[in-house]
Amino acid sequence: MIGAVDRGDTGRSHSVEAAVPWVGRGHVLDLDDFSHQELESVFNTADRMREILARPVPRVPSLRGRSVVNLFYEPSTRTRVSFELAAKSLGADVVNVSASGSSVEKGETLLDTVRTLRALGANVLVVRHKESGAPYTIAKQMDIPVVNAGDGTHAHPTQALLDAYTIRDHFGCIEGLRVLIVGDIAHSRVARSDAWGLTALGADVVFCGPPNLLPATALKDDGECMPWPVRVDFDLDHAIENVDVVMPLRVQLERQEGNRLASLREYARDFGITRARLARAASRAIVMHPGPMNEGVEIDADVAHGGQSVVQQQVTNGVAIRMAVLYLVVAAAAQNSNGHKTPLVPAPGLSGKVPV
Amino acid sequence: MRKFFCALMTDRIILDADQMRRAISRMAHEIVERNSGPQGLVLVGLCTRGVPLAQRIHEAIVSFEGADVPCGQLDVTLYRDDLFSGRVREIHETLLPTNISDAKVVLVDDVLFTGRTIRAAMDAVMDYGRARSIELAVLVDRGHRELPIRADYVGKNLPTSRQEVVEVRVIETDGSDEVVIRRTEDAAFKGLGGAEQ
Repeated sequence: MIGAVDRGDTGRSHSVEAAVPWVGRGHVLDLDDFSHQELESVFNTADRMREILARPVPRVPSLRGRSVVNLFYEPSTRTRVSFELAAKSLGADVVNVSASGSSVEKGETLLDTVRTLRALGANVLVVRHKESGAPYTIAKQMDIPVVNAGDGTHAHPTQALLDAYTIRDHFGCIEGLRVLIVGDIAHSRVARSDAWGLTALGADVVFCGPPNLLPATALKDDGECMPWPVRVDFDLDHAIENVDVVMPLRVQLERQEGNRLASLREYARDFGITRARLARAASRAIVMHPGPMNEGVEIDADVAHGGQSVVQQQVTNGVAIRMAVLYLVVAAAAQNSNGHKTPLVPAPGLSGKVPV
Repeated sequence: MRKFFCALMTDRIILDADQMRRAISRMAHEIVERNSGPQGLVLVGLCTRGVPLAQRIHEAIVSFEGADVPCGQLDVTLYRDDLFSGRVREIHETLLPTNISDAKVVLVDDVLFTGRTIRAAMDAVMDYGRARSIELAVLVDRGHRELPIRADYVGKNLPTSRQEVVEVRVIETDGSDEVVIRRTEDAAFKGLGGAEQ
Protein backbone atom coordinates (compact mmCIF):
# COMPACT_ATOMS: atom_id res chain seq x y z
CA MET A 1 0.00 0.00 0.00
CA ILE A 2 2.64 2.48 -0.99
CA GLY A 3 1.49 6.04 -0.93
CA ALA A 4 -1.68 5.12 0.83
CA VAL A 5 -1.06 7.45 3.71
CA ASP A 6 -3.95 9.47 5.00
CA ARG A 7 -2.77 12.74 6.47
CA GLY A 8 -6.00 14.08 7.75
CA ASP A 9 -5.96 17.21 9.83
CA THR A 10 -5.20 15.22 12.93
CA GLY A 11 -1.93 14.20 11.39
CA ARG A 12 -2.85 10.56 11.64
CA SER A 13 -1.46 8.23 9.13
CA HIS A 14 -3.48 5.21 8.30
CA SER A 15 -3.69 3.27 5.14
CA VAL A 16 -6.81 4.09 3.17
CA GLU A 17 -7.55 0.57 2.05
CA ALA A 18 -11.14 1.11 3.15
CA ALA A 19 -11.53 3.93 0.63
CA VAL A 20 -14.76 4.08 -1.32
CA PRO A 21 -14.67 1.74 -4.29
CA TRP A 22 -16.04 4.54 -6.41
CA VAL A 23 -13.89 4.59 -9.50
CA GLY A 24 -14.04 8.32 -9.93
CA ARG A 25 -17.32 8.23 -11.77
CA GLY A 26 -18.14 11.85 -12.47
CA HIS A 27 -21.42 11.10 -14.23
CA VAL A 28 -24.21 8.65 -13.52
CA LEU A 29 -25.92 7.91 -16.83
CA ASP A 30 -26.90 4.24 -16.51
CA LEU A 31 -26.01 1.22 -14.39
CA ASP A 32 -24.66 -0.79 -17.35
CA ASP A 33 -21.03 -0.45 -16.24
CA PHE A 34 -21.51 -0.56 -12.47
CA SER A 35 -19.76 -3.34 -10.57
CA HIS A 36 -21.32 -5.13 -7.63
CA GLN A 37 -18.82 -3.35 -5.36
CA GLU A 38 -19.67 0.08 -6.71
CA LEU A 39 -23.38 -0.52 -6.23
CA GLU A 40 -22.70 -1.57 -2.64
CA SER A 41 -20.73 1.61 -2.07
CA VAL A 42 -23.71 3.68 -3.27
CA PHE A 43 -25.98 1.70 -0.91
CA ASN A 44 -23.61 2.14 2.04
CA THR A 45 -23.45 5.86 1.35
CA ALA A 46 -27.26 5.93 1.11
CA ASP A 47 -27.46 4.24 4.54
CA ARG A 48 -25.56 7.22 5.98
CA MET A 49 -27.77 9.67 4.11
CA ARG A 50 -30.88 8.02 5.48
CA GLU A 51 -29.56 8.60 8.99
CA ILE A 52 -29.22 12.30 8.13
CA LEU A 53 -32.82 12.42 6.90
CA ALA A 54 -33.97 11.05 10.28
CA ARG A 55 -32.26 13.84 12.27
CA PRO A 56 -34.10 16.75 13.88
CA VAL A 57 -32.36 19.00 11.33
CA PRO A 58 -32.15 16.80 8.22
CA ARG A 59 -29.43 18.81 6.55
CA VAL A 60 -25.63 18.76 6.27
CA PRO A 61 -23.52 21.55 4.79
CA SER A 62 -21.55 19.36 2.36
CA LEU A 63 -22.66 20.97 -0.92
CA ARG A 64 -22.99 24.47 0.48
CA GLY A 65 -22.27 27.04 -2.19
CA ARG A 66 -22.85 24.58 -5.02
CA SER A 67 -25.77 24.72 -7.42
CA VAL A 68 -27.64 21.68 -8.61
CA VAL A 69 -29.74 22.34 -11.71
CA ASN A 70 -32.69 20.07 -12.45
CA LEU A 71 -33.17 20.30 -16.21
CA PHE A 72 -36.43 18.52 -16.99
CA TYR A 73 -37.64 18.22 -20.57
CA GLU A 74 -40.40 15.85 -19.48
CA PRO A 75 -43.01 16.28 -16.76
CA SER A 76 -42.10 14.71 -13.44
CA THR A 77 -43.12 15.16 -9.85
CA ARG A 78 -41.48 12.53 -7.73
CA THR A 79 -38.11 12.38 -9.43
CA ARG A 80 -37.69 16.16 -9.58
CA VAL A 81 -38.87 16.72 -6.01
CA SER A 82 -36.72 13.82 -4.84
CA PHE A 83 -33.60 15.30 -6.47
CA GLU A 84 -34.50 18.72 -5.12
CA LEU A 85 -34.88 17.47 -1.54
CA ALA A 86 -31.70 15.43 -1.85
CA ALA A 87 -29.68 18.42 -3.06
CA LYS A 88 -31.15 20.69 -0.37
CA SER A 89 -30.45 18.13 2.36
CA LEU A 90 -26.81 18.29 1.31
CA GLY A 91 -26.91 22.07 1.56
CA ALA A 92 -26.87 22.82 -2.19
CA ASP A 93 -28.81 25.53 -3.97
CA VAL A 94 -31.34 24.10 -6.41
CA VAL A 95 -32.60 25.58 -9.65
CA ASN A 96 -35.43 23.88 -11.52
CA VAL A 97 -35.66 24.37 -15.27
CA SER A 98 -38.46 22.80 -17.26
CA ALA A 99 -38.76 22.84 -21.02
CA SER A 100 -42.09 24.60 -21.01
CA GLY A 101 -41.69 28.22 -20.06
CA SER A 102 -37.96 28.26 -20.80
CA SER A 103 -36.00 29.42 -23.84
CA VAL A 104 -36.31 25.87 -25.19
CA GLU A 105 -39.68 27.05 -26.45
CA LYS A 106 -37.86 29.80 -28.34
CA GLY A 107 -35.85 27.19 -30.19
CA GLU A 108 -32.65 27.05 -28.14
CA THR A 109 -30.80 23.77 -28.64
CA LEU A 110 -30.14 21.35 -25.79
CA LEU A 111 -26.40 22.01 -25.78
CA ASP A 112 -26.86 25.78 -25.85
CA THR A 113 -29.20 25.52 -22.88
CA VAL A 114 -26.73 23.49 -20.83
CA ARG A 115 -23.83 25.76 -21.80
CA THR A 116 -25.88 28.70 -20.59
CA LEU A 117 -26.67 26.92 -17.32
CA ARG A 118 -22.99 26.11 -16.87
CA ALA A 119 -22.04 29.73 -17.46
CA LEU A 120 -24.63 30.77 -14.90
CA GLY A 121 -22.75 28.69 -12.33
CA ALA A 122 -24.35 25.22 -12.31
CA ASN A 123 -22.16 22.65 -10.53
CA VAL A 124 -24.25 19.55 -11.17
CA LEU A 125 -26.79 18.90 -13.93
CA VAL A 126 -29.68 16.52 -13.36
CA VAL A 127 -31.25 15.85 -16.74
CA ARG A 128 -34.50 14.27 -17.82
CA HIS A 129 -35.17 14.15 -21.55
CA LYS A 130 -37.64 12.40 -23.82
CA GLU A 131 -34.86 11.39 -26.22
CA SER A 132 -32.79 8.34 -25.30
CA GLY A 133 -29.15 9.33 -24.99
CA ALA A 134 -29.62 13.07 -24.42
CA PRO A 135 -27.74 13.03 -21.07
CA TYR A 136 -24.82 11.27 -22.80
CA THR A 137 -24.59 14.06 -25.36
CA ILE A 138 -24.56 16.60 -22.54
CA ALA A 139 -22.02 14.69 -20.44
CA LYS A 140 -19.56 14.61 -23.34
CA GLN A 141 -19.68 18.38 -23.60
CA MET A 142 -19.65 19.21 -19.91
CA ASP A 143 -16.90 19.54 -17.31
CA ILE A 144 -19.41 19.14 -14.47
CA PRO A 145 -21.19 16.01 -13.23
CA VAL A 146 -24.29 14.96 -15.16
CA VAL A 147 -26.89 12.69 -13.57
CA ASN A 148 -29.46 11.01 -15.79
CA ALA A 149 -32.95 11.39 -14.33
CA GLY A 150 -34.53 9.37 -17.12
CA ASP A 151 -33.85 9.52 -20.87
CA GLY A 152 -36.55 8.33 -23.26
CA THR A 153 -36.93 4.57 -23.15
CA HIS A 154 -33.27 4.06 -22.32
CA ALA A 155 -32.22 4.42 -18.69
CA HIS A 156 -33.25 5.68 -15.27
CA PRO A 157 -30.27 4.82 -13.06
CA THR A 158 -31.33 6.51 -9.81
CA GLN A 159 -34.72 4.74 -9.94
CA ALA A 160 -32.94 1.42 -10.43
CA LEU A 161 -30.59 2.24 -7.54
CA LEU A 162 -33.46 3.02 -5.21
CA ASP A 163 -35.30 -0.13 -6.33
CA ALA A 164 -32.28 -2.31 -5.58
CA TYR A 165 -31.66 -0.43 -2.34
CA THR A 166 -35.26 -1.00 -1.22
CA ILE A 167 -35.00 -4.72 -2.02
CA ARG A 168 -31.68 -4.97 -0.17
CA ASP A 169 -33.21 -3.10 2.75
CA HIS A 170 -36.09 -5.55 2.94
CA PHE A 171 -34.30 -8.85 2.36
CA GLY A 172 -30.80 -7.95 3.54
CA CYS A 173 -29.21 -9.32 0.39
CA ILE A 174 -30.20 -9.35 -3.28
CA GLU A 175 -28.22 -12.34 -4.49
CA GLY A 176 -30.50 -15.21 -5.47
CA LEU A 177 -33.77 -13.30 -5.08
CA ARG A 178 -36.38 -13.79 -7.78
CA VAL A 179 -37.55 -10.48 -9.21
CA LEU A 180 -40.49 -10.25 -11.61
CA ILE A 181 -40.88 -7.12 -13.72
CA VAL A 182 -44.27 -6.97 -15.43
CA GLY A 183 -45.61 -4.84 -18.22
CA ASP A 184 -44.43 -2.51 -20.93
CA ILE A 185 -40.75 -3.53 -20.88
CA ALA A 186 -40.15 -2.21 -24.40
CA HIS A 187 -40.80 1.38 -23.38
CA SER A 188 -39.46 1.15 -19.85
CA ARG A 189 -36.19 2.84 -18.94
CA VAL A 190 -36.83 1.63 -15.39
CA ALA A 191 -36.94 -2.02 -16.44
CA ARG A 192 -33.71 -1.63 -18.43
CA SER A 193 -31.75 0.02 -15.64
CA ASP A 194 -33.24 -2.38 -13.09
CA ALA A 195 -32.07 -5.30 -15.22
CA TRP A 196 -28.50 -3.96 -15.25
CA GLY A 197 -28.42 -3.25 -11.53
CA LEU A 198 -30.27 -6.30 -10.23
CA THR A 199 -28.43 -8.82 -12.40
CA ALA A 200 -25.09 -7.27 -11.37
CA LEU A 201 -26.18 -7.86 -7.78
CA GLY A 202 -27.00 -11.49 -8.50
CA ALA A 203 -30.81 -11.41 -8.65
CA ASP A 204 -32.74 -13.75 -10.88
CA VAL A 205 -34.81 -11.37 -13.03
CA VAL A 206 -37.85 -12.30 -15.14
CA PHE A 207 -39.54 -9.98 -17.64
CA CYS A 208 -43.23 -10.62 -18.19
CA GLY A 209 -45.64 -8.86 -20.53
CA PRO A 210 -47.53 -9.15 -23.79
CA PRO A 211 -45.11 -9.96 -26.64
CA ASN A 212 -45.71 -6.65 -28.39
CA LEU A 213 -44.63 -4.76 -25.25
CA LEU A 214 -41.39 -6.69 -24.81
CA PRO A 215 -38.16 -5.56 -26.50
CA ALA A 216 -37.59 -7.22 -29.86
CA THR A 217 -34.46 -8.93 -28.53
CA ALA A 218 -36.56 -10.59 -25.83
CA LEU A 219 -38.58 -12.44 -28.43
CA LYS A 220 -35.60 -13.92 -30.23
CA ASP A 221 -34.30 -17.21 -28.86
CA ASP A 222 -36.13 -16.77 -25.55
CA GLY A 223 -34.30 -13.59 -24.77
CA GLU A 224 -30.81 -14.94 -25.43
CA CYS A 225 -30.10 -11.79 -27.45
CA MET A 226 -30.75 -9.43 -24.56
CA PRO A 227 -27.75 -7.80 -22.90
CA TRP A 228 -28.77 -9.13 -19.49
CA PRO A 229 -29.20 -12.68 -18.21
CA VAL A 230 -32.95 -12.19 -17.86
CA ARG A 231 -35.68 -14.74 -18.50
CA VAL A 232 -38.83 -13.91 -20.43
CA ASP A 233 -42.33 -15.19 -19.74
CA PHE A 234 -45.59 -14.23 -21.47
CA ASP A 235 -47.85 -15.81 -18.86
CA LEU A 236 -48.08 -13.82 -15.65
CA ASP A 237 -49.81 -16.56 -13.66
CA HIS A 238 -46.89 -18.83 -14.40
CA ALA A 239 -44.17 -16.23 -14.00
CA ILE A 240 -45.36 -14.98 -10.62
CA GLU A 241 -45.03 -18.40 -8.92
CA ASN A 242 -42.78 -18.06 -5.86
CA VAL A 243 -41.13 -14.78 -6.82
CA ASP A 244 -39.77 -12.55 -4.05
CA VAL A 245 -40.37 -9.20 -5.72
CA VAL A 246 -43.29 -8.22 -7.97
CA MET A 247 -42.79 -5.00 -9.88
CA PRO A 248 -45.58 -3.96 -12.24
CA LEU A 249 -44.60 -1.09 -14.54
CA ARG A 250 -46.81 1.79 -15.41
CA VAL A 251 -48.68 1.41 -18.69
CA GLN A 252 -47.20 4.42 -20.46
CA LEU A 253 -50.11 5.66 -22.50
CA GLU A 254 -47.99 8.57 -23.79
CA ARG A 255 -45.53 6.15 -25.39
CA GLN A 256 -48.08 3.85 -27.07
CA GLU A 257 -47.52 4.98 -30.62
CA GLY A 258 -49.09 2.68 -33.19
CA ASN A 259 -51.67 1.23 -30.83
CA ARG A 260 -49.61 -1.55 -29.33
CA LEU A 261 -52.11 -1.88 -26.54
CA ALA A 262 -55.52 -3.25 -27.55
CA SER A 263 -57.46 -2.18 -24.46
CA LEU A 264 -56.68 -1.31 -20.87
CA ARG A 265 -59.35 -3.71 -19.66
CA GLU A 266 -57.74 -6.58 -21.52
CA TYR A 267 -54.31 -5.59 -20.18
CA ALA A 268 -55.61 -5.46 -16.62
CA ARG A 269 -57.18 -8.90 -17.03
CA ASP A 270 -53.99 -10.53 -18.30
CA PHE A 271 -51.23 -8.54 -16.60
CA GLY A 272 -52.74 -6.62 -13.69
CA ILE A 273 -51.40 -7.50 -10.23
CA THR A 274 -54.40 -8.52 -8.18
CA ARG A 275 -54.53 -9.90 -4.67
CA ALA A 276 -55.34 -13.35 -6.06
CA ARG A 277 -52.29 -13.26 -8.35
CA LEU A 278 -50.04 -11.96 -5.59
CA ALA A 279 -51.04 -14.95 -3.45
CA ARG A 280 -49.13 -17.15 -5.92
CA ALA A 281 -45.88 -15.31 -5.22
CA ALA A 282 -43.70 -16.22 -2.24
CA SER A 283 -45.40 -15.45 1.05
CA ARG A 284 -42.62 -13.01 1.93
CA ALA A 285 -42.91 -11.26 -1.44
CA ILE A 286 -42.94 -7.48 -1.69
CA VAL A 287 -44.68 -5.33 -4.31
CA MET A 288 -42.87 -2.38 -5.87
CA HIS A 289 -43.90 0.22 -8.42
CA PRO A 290 -41.83 3.01 -9.94
CA GLY A 291 -44.89 5.29 -9.97
CA PRO A 292 -47.05 6.98 -10.85
CA MET A 293 -49.52 4.11 -10.58
CA ASN A 294 -52.56 3.46 -12.76
CA GLU A 295 -54.59 1.73 -10.09
CA GLY A 296 -56.95 -0.85 -11.54
CA VAL A 297 -54.77 -1.28 -14.65
CA GLU A 298 -51.32 -2.67 -13.87
CA ILE A 299 -51.95 -2.89 -10.13
CA ASP A 300 -55.08 -3.14 -7.98
CA ALA A 301 -55.57 -0.51 -5.31
CA ASP A 302 -55.66 -3.06 -2.47
CA VAL A 303 -52.30 -4.47 -3.61
CA ALA A 304 -50.77 -1.03 -4.14
CA HIS A 305 -51.62 0.01 -0.60
CA GLY A 306 -51.57 -3.43 1.03
CA GLY A 307 -49.21 -4.89 3.58
CA GLN A 308 -46.79 -6.26 0.99
CA SER A 309 -46.40 -2.95 -0.82
CA VAL A 310 -43.13 -1.06 -0.33
CA VAL A 311 -44.05 1.73 -2.73
CA GLN A 312 -43.79 4.42 -0.03
CA GLN A 313 -40.41 3.10 1.14
CA GLN A 314 -39.22 3.33 -2.46
CA VAL A 315 -40.11 7.01 -2.55
CA THR A 316 -38.44 7.70 0.81
CA ASN A 317 -35.33 5.73 -0.11
CA GLY A 318 -35.16 7.69 -3.36
CA VAL A 319 -34.08 10.83 -1.51
CA ALA A 320 -31.27 8.99 0.31
CA ILE A 321 -30.08 7.33 -2.90
CA ARG A 322 -30.03 10.65 -4.77
CA MET A 323 -28.11 12.28 -1.90
CA ALA A 324 -25.57 9.48 -2.18
CA VAL A 325 -25.30 9.89 -5.95
CA LEU A 326 -24.93 13.68 -5.74
CA TYR A 327 -22.26 13.38 -3.03
CA LEU A 328 -20.31 10.73 -4.93
CA VAL A 329 -20.31 12.51 -8.31
CA VAL A 330 -19.30 15.85 -6.79
CA ALA A 331 -16.55 14.17 -4.75
CA ALA A 332 -15.33 12.28 -7.81
CA ALA A 333 -15.27 15.42 -9.94
CA ALA A 334 -13.36 17.25 -7.19
CA GLN A 335 -10.94 14.35 -6.83
CA ASN A 336 -10.23 14.54 -10.52
CA SER A 337 -9.70 18.28 -10.58
CA ASN A 338 -7.35 17.93 -7.60
CA GLY A 339 -5.03 16.02 -9.88
CA HIS A 340 -5.51 12.57 -8.46
CA LYS A 341 -4.53 9.74 -10.65
CA THR A 342 -7.88 7.98 -10.90
CA PRO A 343 -9.34 9.39 -14.09
CA LEU A 344 -12.97 10.22 -14.49
CA VAL A 345 -14.75 7.51 -16.34
CA PRO A 346 -15.43 9.07 -19.73
CA ALA A 347 -19.02 9.37 -20.74
CA PRO A 348 -19.71 6.10 -22.48
CA GLY A 349 -21.33 5.93 -25.88
CA LEU A 350 -24.74 4.52 -26.45
CA SER A 351 -23.74 2.08 -29.16
CA GLY A 352 -25.25 -1.33 -28.75
CA LYS A 353 -26.72 -0.47 -25.40
CA VAL A 354 -30.31 0.09 -26.46
CA PRO A 355 -31.94 -3.24 -27.12
CA VAL A 356 -35.06 -2.09 -28.89
CA MET B 1 7.72 -2.64 0.92
CA ARG B 2 7.95 -2.51 4.69
CA LYS B 3 11.72 -2.13 4.48
CA PHE B 4 11.35 0.71 2.03
CA PHE B 5 9.09 2.53 4.47
CA CYS B 6 11.49 2.01 7.38
CA ALA B 7 14.32 3.53 5.43
CA LEU B 8 12.39 6.77 5.09
CA MET B 9 10.57 6.92 8.38
CA THR B 10 11.32 6.06 11.96
CA ASP B 11 8.59 5.13 14.42
CA ARG B 12 9.02 6.14 18.03
CA ILE B 13 6.62 4.80 20.63
CA ILE B 14 5.07 7.57 22.70
CA LEU B 15 2.60 5.49 24.69
CA ASP B 16 2.63 1.72 25.04
CA ALA B 17 -0.44 -0.36 25.89
CA ASP B 18 -0.12 0.10 29.67
CA GLN B 19 0.49 3.83 29.44
CA MET B 20 -2.49 4.13 27.09
CA ARG B 21 -4.72 2.23 29.51
CA ARG B 22 -3.67 4.43 32.42
CA ALA B 23 -4.17 7.64 30.46
CA ILE B 24 -7.68 6.56 29.41
CA SER B 25 -8.51 5.55 32.97
CA ARG B 26 -7.32 8.93 34.29
CA MET B 27 -9.37 10.80 31.68
CA ALA B 28 -12.45 8.77 32.62
CA HIS B 29 -12.01 9.79 36.27
CA GLU B 30 -11.46 13.43 35.33
CA ILE B 31 -14.60 13.48 33.16
CA VAL B 32 -16.76 12.16 36.00
CA GLU B 33 -15.09 14.38 38.60
CA ARG B 34 -15.44 17.61 36.64
CA ASN B 35 -19.07 16.85 35.79
CA SER B 36 -19.93 16.00 39.41
CA GLY B 37 -20.90 12.43 38.54
CA PRO B 38 -21.90 10.49 35.47
CA GLN B 39 -25.49 11.83 35.32
CA GLY B 40 -26.32 13.54 32.05
CA LEU B 41 -23.06 12.60 30.35
CA VAL B 42 -23.07 11.37 26.74
CA LEU B 43 -19.78 10.10 25.31
CA VAL B 44 -19.37 10.56 21.56
CA GLY B 45 -16.42 8.97 19.78
CA LEU B 46 -15.34 10.55 16.50
CA CYS B 47 -14.83 8.15 13.60
CA THR B 48 -12.74 6.27 13.31
CA ARG B 49 -10.13 6.01 16.13
CA GLY B 50 -12.17 8.06 18.59
CA VAL B 51 -14.85 5.37 18.67
CA PRO B 52 -12.89 2.61 20.46
CA LEU B 53 -11.38 5.22 22.80
CA ALA B 54 -14.87 6.46 23.76
CA GLN B 55 -15.90 2.86 24.39
CA ARG B 56 -12.96 2.37 26.72
CA ILE B 57 -13.75 5.52 28.65
CA HIS B 58 -17.33 4.28 28.81
CA GLU B 59 -16.25 0.90 30.18
CA ALA B 60 -14.03 2.59 32.76
CA ILE B 61 -16.84 4.85 33.97
CA VAL B 62 -19.26 1.93 34.15
CA SER B 63 -16.79 -0.13 36.17
CA PHE B 64 -15.87 2.48 38.78
CA GLU B 65 -19.19 4.34 38.98
CA GLY B 66 -21.53 1.41 38.49
CA ALA B 67 -23.76 3.67 36.41
CA ASP B 68 -24.27 3.44 32.69
CA VAL B 69 -23.35 6.36 30.48
CA PRO B 70 -24.68 6.54 26.90
CA CYS B 71 -21.91 6.16 24.34
CA GLY B 72 -22.27 6.88 20.63
CA GLN B 73 -20.21 7.53 17.56
CA LEU B 74 -20.17 10.45 15.15
CA ASP B 75 -18.81 10.74 11.64
CA VAL B 76 -18.04 14.33 10.69
CA THR B 77 -17.06 13.73 7.05
CA LEU B 78 -20.00 15.66 5.61
CA TYR B 79 -19.19 18.65 7.86
CA ARG B 80 -15.50 18.88 6.98
CA ASP B 81 -14.19 22.07 5.42
CA ASP B 82 -11.87 19.98 3.24
CA LEU B 83 -14.54 17.48 2.15
CA PHE B 84 -13.82 17.84 -1.55
CA SER B 85 -10.08 18.51 -1.37
CA GLY B 86 -8.82 14.97 -1.74
CA ARG B 87 -10.01 11.58 -2.75
CA VAL B 88 -13.63 10.52 -2.46
CA ARG B 89 -14.14 10.09 1.28
CA GLU B 90 -16.01 7.22 2.79
CA ILE B 91 -18.79 8.19 5.17
CA HIS B 92 -18.88 6.13 8.35
CA GLU B 93 -21.86 5.31 10.47
CA THR B 94 -23.19 7.81 12.98
CA LEU B 95 -24.96 6.32 16.00
CA LEU B 96 -26.07 8.80 18.60
CA PRO B 97 -28.45 8.35 21.52
CA THR B 98 -31.80 9.64 20.28
CA ASN B 99 -31.92 12.79 22.36
CA ILE B 100 -28.86 14.82 23.24
CA SER B 101 -30.77 17.96 24.20
CA ASP B 102 -29.67 19.00 27.69
CA ALA B 103 -26.95 16.31 27.70
CA LYS B 104 -23.37 17.01 28.68
CA VAL B 105 -21.66 15.79 25.53
CA VAL B 106 -18.03 14.70 25.70
CA LEU B 107 -16.42 14.35 22.27
CA VAL B 108 -13.63 11.78 22.19
CA ASP B 109 -10.93 11.71 19.51
CA ASP B 110 -7.49 10.21 19.18
CA VAL B 111 -5.34 13.17 18.12
CA LEU B 112 -6.01 16.90 18.41
CA PHE B 113 -4.09 18.78 15.73
CA THR B 114 -5.52 21.74 13.77
CA GLY B 115 -8.90 21.59 15.51
CA ARG B 116 -10.83 21.45 12.24
CA THR B 117 -12.31 18.01 12.93
CA ILE B 118 -13.60 19.27 16.28
CA ARG B 119 -15.15 22.34 14.64
CA ALA B 120 -16.99 20.00 12.27
CA ALA B 121 -18.02 17.74 15.16
CA MET B 122 -19.48 20.63 17.13
CA ASP B 123 -21.55 21.70 14.13
CA ALA B 124 -22.80 18.13 13.74
CA VAL B 125 -23.73 17.84 17.42
CA MET B 126 -25.65 21.13 17.19
CA ASP B 127 -27.75 19.62 14.38
CA TYR B 128 -28.88 16.87 16.76
CA GLY B 129 -30.09 19.16 19.49
CA ARG B 130 -29.07 21.77 22.02
CA ALA B 131 -26.59 20.02 24.27
CA ARG B 132 -26.12 21.59 27.69
CA SER B 133 -22.37 21.55 27.15
CA ILE B 134 -19.79 20.09 24.80
CA GLU B 135 -16.39 19.01 26.13
CA LEU B 136 -13.44 17.43 24.37
CA ALA B 137 -11.27 14.48 25.41
CA VAL B 138 -8.27 13.50 23.28
CA LEU B 139 -5.62 10.88 23.78
CA VAL B 140 -2.89 13.06 22.25
CA ASP B 141 -2.71 16.83 21.83
CA ARG B 142 0.03 17.51 19.31
CA GLY B 143 -0.42 21.28 18.97
CA HIS B 144 -0.53 23.37 15.75
CA ARG B 145 -4.08 24.61 16.23
CA GLU B 146 -5.64 26.58 13.38
CA LEU B 147 -8.86 27.37 15.26
CA PRO B 148 -9.59 28.62 18.79
CA ILE B 149 -10.24 25.13 20.16
CA ARG B 150 -8.74 23.36 23.18
CA ALA B 151 -9.19 19.99 24.85
CA ASP B 152 -10.71 19.57 28.31
CA TYR B 153 -9.13 16.16 28.93
CA VAL B 154 -5.76 15.20 27.46
CA GLY B 155 -4.06 11.82 27.68
CA LYS B 156 -0.67 13.13 26.60
CA ASN B 157 0.59 16.51 25.47
CA LEU B 158 3.07 15.95 22.69
CA PRO B 159 5.05 18.76 21.08
CA THR B 160 5.48 17.90 17.41
CA SER B 161 6.62 19.41 14.17
CA ARG B 162 4.23 19.57 11.24
CA GLN B 163 6.36 17.08 9.35
CA GLU B 164 5.69 14.43 11.94
CA VAL B 165 2.75 12.06 11.92
CA VAL B 166 1.14 10.87 15.15
CA GLU B 167 -0.55 7.53 14.85
CA VAL B 168 -2.84 6.06 17.49
CA ARG B 169 -3.24 2.32 17.12
CA VAL B 170 -5.96 0.34 18.82
CA ILE B 171 -6.07 -3.39 19.21
CA GLU B 172 -9.53 -3.67 17.60
CA THR B 173 -8.44 -2.42 14.20
CA ASP B 174 -4.65 -2.21 14.24
CA GLY B 175 -3.63 -5.27 16.25
CA SER B 176 -1.97 -3.40 19.10
CA ASP B 177 -2.53 -0.55 21.55
CA GLU B 178 0.10 2.14 21.13
CA VAL B 179 0.78 5.70 20.09
CA VAL B 180 3.73 6.28 17.78
CA ILE B 181 5.29 9.35 16.28
CA ARG B 182 6.74 9.06 12.84
CA ARG B 183 9.30 11.43 11.44
CA THR B 184 8.98 11.77 7.72
CA GLU B 185 11.26 13.51 5.31
CA ASP B 186 8.90 15.89 3.68
CA ALA B 187 10.16 15.47 0.15
CA ALA B 188 10.07 11.71 0.40
CA PHE B 189 6.63 11.92 1.88
CA LYS B 190 5.37 13.96 -1.04
CA GLY B 191 7.02 11.57 -3.41
CA LEU B 192 4.94 8.82 -1.90
CA GLY B 193 1.81 10.78 -2.60
CA GLY B 194 1.21 11.06 1.10
CA ALA B 195 0.76 14.76 1.61
CA GLU B 196 -2.70 14.76 0.15
CA GLN B 197 -6.07 14.51 1.86
